[in-house]
Amino acid sequence: MSNAIHLHYEVSGEDFTRAGEASGMVKKRLKSLGYNPDAIRRVAIAMYEAEINMVIHADGGFCDVDIYPDRVEILLSDHGPGIPDVDKAMQEGYSTAPDNVRSLGFGAGMGLPNIKKYSDEMRIETTIGVGTNLYLTIRVNP
Amino acid sequence: MIVKDIIDILEGEIICEGDLNQEIKTACGSDMMSDVLAFVKDQSVLLTGLVNPQVVRTAEMMDMACIVFVRGKVPDESIIRLAEQRGITLIKTRFRMFTACGLLYSNGLSGGTKV
Repeated sequence: MSNAIHLHYEVSGEDFTRAGEASGMVKKRLKSLGYNPDAIRRVAIAMYEAEINMVIHADGGFCDVDIYPDRVEILLSDHGPGIPDVDKAMQEGYSTAPDNVRSLGFGAGMGLPNIKKYSDEMRIETTIGVGTNLYLTIRVNP
Repeated sequence: MIVKDIIDILEGEIICEGDLNQEIKTACGSDMMSDVLAFVKDQSVLLTGLVNPQVVRTAEMMDMACIVFVRGKVPDESIIRLAEQRGITLIKTRFRMFTACGLLYSNGLSGGTKV
């Protein structure tokens, strides 16, 4: 669609403190475009959790965000280790994150369940040793 | 309740000043940011013992106006700067998590959920 706004962000895997920068920028952009605050919050939280996952598990990656009048589509792509058991990863409380991540406030096994909760469509393409693509669609009302 | 009331109740100290008259309707106390992100409520305050920039980012995503650091913990400059840029009020209190939450609860602030 020609009326989509396309945004692209690189997510650094080296600096945990910067994780969430891309989500913050998308949030700001959606706000300036006048989207509904609840919808913006759902986009921001889903993308933020995914961004954190990328930094924790996959040494970073990139995000492509397409903003349409009625929905936001997000692709989060990494070259990490892949997810061995997606069903398990979707369970609340299941986490493979190392202990040092828990001391940073993440790794509680809520990332993917939260992403699913806040997005309208979610699709995971993952290959062990190659990486993961996470596709999200969140419907918004301007 | 407004941010100013929270400072009074928790005998808190302002580390970064946002809108102190912002109304606060609910609260969430946790050191696990994913647990905070699982709970979406408007106009909340976050109480935490965790001190890192992701606390501010979590509050930003959730549209939270105020963060309370319990047990006298003090965030560093980078955290304060992030909060400043986002207009989020940072407060520290000497009370521990349980007591700080209890004080706010007994003054009428709820968790915003039934469970």
